[in-house]
Amino acid sequence: MKRLIAVSLFFTALLGLWELAARSGHWSPVLFPTAASVGRYLWGAISDGTLTEAIWVTLKRLLAGYTIGVVVGLPLGLLTSASQLMEDTLGALALGLQTLPSVCWVPLALLWFGQTEAAMLFVVVMGTVWSVIIATNHGARTIPPIYARAARTMGSKGLHLWTRVMVPASLPFLVSGMKQGWAFAWRSLMAAEIYVTILTGFGLGQLLHYGRELNAMDQVIGAMVIIVLIGLLVDRILFSPWERFLHRRWGTNVG
Amino acid sequence: MTLLDPTEVNTRNHGPDIKASPKLVVENVSKWFRTPRASVHALDNISMRVAASEVVCLVGPSGCGKSTLLDIIAGLTKPDAGRVLADGQLVTGPGRQRLMVFQEPSLFPWLDVFGNVMFGLKLCPELSGSERREIAHRLLALVGLEKFERVHVHELSGGMKQRVALARALAPDPQVLLMDEPFGALDATTREHLYDDIQRIWSTSGKTIIFVTHNMREAACLGDCVLLMSAAPGRIVQSFDIPLPRPRSIYNVELVAHAARIADALRGTVGQGVSE
Repeated sequence: MKRLIAVSLFFTALLGLWELAARSGHWSPVLFPTAASVGRYLWGAISDGTLTEAIWVTLKRLLAGYTIGVVVGLPLGLLTSASQLMEDTLGALALGLQTLPSVCWVPLALLWFGQTEAAMLFVVVMGTVWSVIIATNHGARTIPPIYARAARTMGSKGLHLWTRVMVPASLPFLVSGMKQGWAFAWRSLMAAEIYVTILTGFGLGQLLHYGRELNAMDQVIGAMVIIVLIGLLVDRILFSPWERFLHRRWGTNVG
Repeated sequence: MTLLDPTEVNTRNHGPDIKASPKLVVENVSKWFRTPRASVHALDNISMRVAASEVVCLVGPSGCGKSTLLDIIAGLTKPDAGRVLADGQLVTGPGRQRLMVFQEPSLFPWLDVFGNVMFGLKLCPELSGSERREIAHRLLALVGLEKFERVHVHELSGGMKQRVALARALAPDPQVLLMDEPFGALDATTREHLYDDIQRIWSTSGKTIIFVTHNMREAACLGDCVLLMSAAPGRIVQSFDIPLPRPRSIYNVELVAHAARIADALRGTVGQGVSE
């Protein structure tokens, strides 16, 4: 309860400062809208359905790209951890491409796929998969070998060893790999939506983009607020329960 | 704790029928570790015979290959030469007849205390579910942790963790218990409690135990026989019989004398070993 009050106070104060600064008259209201006007825009956009539609389109793209990224990245990460050869080859490739900002994939995607959903998906997958590989590889290399040794003396081997020991032992880094992948997928998608302007779906990035085109600062800031909120909510809903579970079992702050 | 008549222990330990067929035979085992830069001769022609219900302690300077030898007996590591026989059968891989208690924390953090003890039991197809649970409860009671069955591993103290590891290793009823410096990381008081536990468990279950340690008093307290190893390459250089009645206290004067004798012998081998 105390924490809730502190959090509400902090954000109310932040909004209040914003409102005061905007009303002080030092800056043009076109470039620096008040918190209230952004609130009015958000309310209007939700009522007429444009915002909810944009959120829905964006989340669908995110889910598709992220799922592909994780499904491809986790096994490749495990494979990378399995041998020095894989580390030297696939691992090096993943490390190299992960340093490439995902927006750099946009020109290539546009030339290959044109202004399509496929281009968008491609950028998100490319932004996600390398970081998932790296996080998984790193985690798998830090599983204490003692677990497998202890299990083997008790007669565990093959599939049993993998499902009952290696997978649970790797839970902390699987979660951190997935969380890492999520952060990159979200960034990549926003880059893709801002640069790939297509008509098959109008996402949050596009809302941001057209806000700039129309000089509608309330729309720009409103879209940014929503993007931040979605990021926070996913973290709380998707990852927090897992992290709490791991914390309870492992007793350490992992991931 | 119930005290056991020492003569009864001795009959069990040195019965003539047991001597005839040793529980565990290590024959001319050698092991090298090769790295790109060097080849380390870890074990050189090790042979030993362990009778059923015998407790053998392996002591020696660090790096003498004690743990490697234990790994080979467990079947976790393959020897480069020689072989290990358990009950006359060639050891080709790990098996639940020879279970290990490790020095490092080896309990699975994703399972609670009860789950850890159940892990090995679930790999015993001959047991029913209720039998498994009954055994797990009984062994946790045996190590005094019946109140901690649903506790997560990280909430236990170091000594409690090793007690759980002991219960986990005992649960599938192995013929041989391999203990690799299991109490090395614990404080002296906790260790002394665990010596009592080990002796009590041994007296009721009669397990064959191979116990690796670098603590001479620990070796003299637990072992029927203490084998002293030398380093680089690892060899068994001397064998000491500890003919003291059980249960033993590490403060017993005779026991301390035995420990001192082993420690003197160890200093001799270390002196020879530092030629490089």
